[in-house]
Amino acid sequence: MMNYVPEHTVDPTGHGVPAIRIRGLRVVRGPLTVLDDFDLDIRRGTLTGLLGPSGSGKSTLMRAIVGVQQVAGGTVEVLGEPAGSKPLRDRVAYVTQAPSVYADLTVRQNLRYYARVLGAPLSDVDRAIEQVELATHADHLVGRLSGGQHSRVSLATALLGEPEVLVLDEPTVGLDPVLRVQLWELFNRLAADGATLLVSSHVMDEAERCERLILLREGMLLADDTLAGLLARTGAADAEGAFLELIEKAEKKEAGDR
Amino acid sequence: MTPRITLATATRVVQQLRHDPRTIALMLVVPSLLMALLWWVYDGGPLFDQIGPALLAIFPFLVMFLVTSIATLRERTSGTLERLLSMPTGKLDFLLGYALAFGVVALVQALITSTVAVALLDMQAAGPTWVLIAVAVFDALLGVALGLFVSAFASTEFQVVQFMPALILPQFLLCGLLVPRDQLPDVLEAISNVLPLSYAVDAMTEVRANADPAVWAEISVVLAFSVALLALGAATLRRRTP
Repeated sequence: MMNYVPEHTVDPTGHGVPAIRIRGLRVVRGPLTVLDDFDLDIRRGTLTGLLGPSGSGKSTLMRAIVGVQQVAGGTVEVLGEPAGSKPLRDRVAYVTQAPSVYADLTVRQNLRYYARVLGAPLSDVDRAIEQVELATHADHLVGRLSGGQHSRVSLATALLGEPEVLVLDEPTVGLDPVLRVQLWELFNRLAADGATLLVSSHVMDEAERCERLILLREGMLLADDTLAGLLARTGAADAEGAFLELIEKAEKKEAGDR
Repeated sequence: MTPRITLATATRVVQQLRHDPRTIALMLVVPSLLMALLWWVYDGGPLFDQIGPALLAIFPFLVMFLVTSIATLRERTSGTLERLLSMPTGKLDFLLGYALAFGVVALVQALITSTVAVALLDMQAAGPTWVLIAVAVFDALLGVALGLFVSAFASTEFQVVQFMPALILPQFLLCGLLVPRDQLPDVLEAISNVLPLSYAVDAMTEVRANADPAVWAEISVVLAFSVALLALGAATLRRRTP
């Protein structure tokens, strides 16, 4: 079994169940087994980066955590409850890769609607719009915004209410570097305030902003460590080097097995 | 189901429509124009009085079917439906939100079309106009329910539009508008007996013919079809997808 659960995921502070606990997860999509016998623990109040080549199962894993993915086996628990169950629906926020907001509504109308659905105070709407730097576009139709602005509206939706777990699938794609830095600062702030964040990305330099990194490849957990731990293990100079090294090693091992 | 979320959803659907004035104009004006065209075709004669009320039943059904099926298909493909269902939205909140929003639009449409037909084109109906409007609104709900259900079986807007000739036209041919239902071949009459539009048109025919029309039986059938289709539609809304 290549999946392993390193020591530091065993909650050292002992404050309750982990935010996310996955055991033996198996997901089959069409002819493809995307995840098989997959285990993962994520502590509360942490910012975890989920990295891996496209097609490695990042989005499927996130969908399983949110509870919108049909699973073939195993258990996924979030905050001690089964993923996607009723008590979680206003405590877990989810941003898909493709922005899921209404193009024919304004930014503010979108967020007001989602705030009502969540039962969040309407004052959250302006706060969330400011957090994603869209205040000047609040009354513009989402369909007329640029791609990056469009996905930020989707991200703002996840900031409504006070979600305890945020699952963000590539939230910084197509954004300029300044904005990306700001958003990662926001993610870190949310984690410091006690929220648990799982953020996927394929930009390796973003990995350096996470306290913990998970590398997926073909549905397998290739690494689950801090950046410092990864660098020490691989001898690489940065996250990108470390991951290339790990992927190469896995490929070699596979070739050897054949 | 949460009334707060149902109402928010209905409001949101109306807001979306308001950003699309051309669609609103088409929904509200085209039925009246077609009614006027029909009047012209029959030169305002007795055949117009006969067919006009039936058309009042068919317009809202057809129009609401089209807008609802496309709107729900968009929700399914854009990921907004998945997001809503991962939030505290109940399936009924979603379905009834749509039914409520398009029900209101249907009411406005029926008010305009029946006013044009009765006041401007002098359509003769023995029964009260408000019953014509009420039946039209129920037909609209039927269209909404069918549209919500059908959107589950289409993956593109092209496909969803093709459901119109597949599901609506046969009902149109068999609803009694072209040939009275009791004069259809037996098999076709039997089929027409299980199609909801037949009852909608029957109700309108009753309003045309009777000063004190008894339409509750027909309306109940239309409503029962709507509820059944909404229930089937709810079954197609899945929180978890492959």
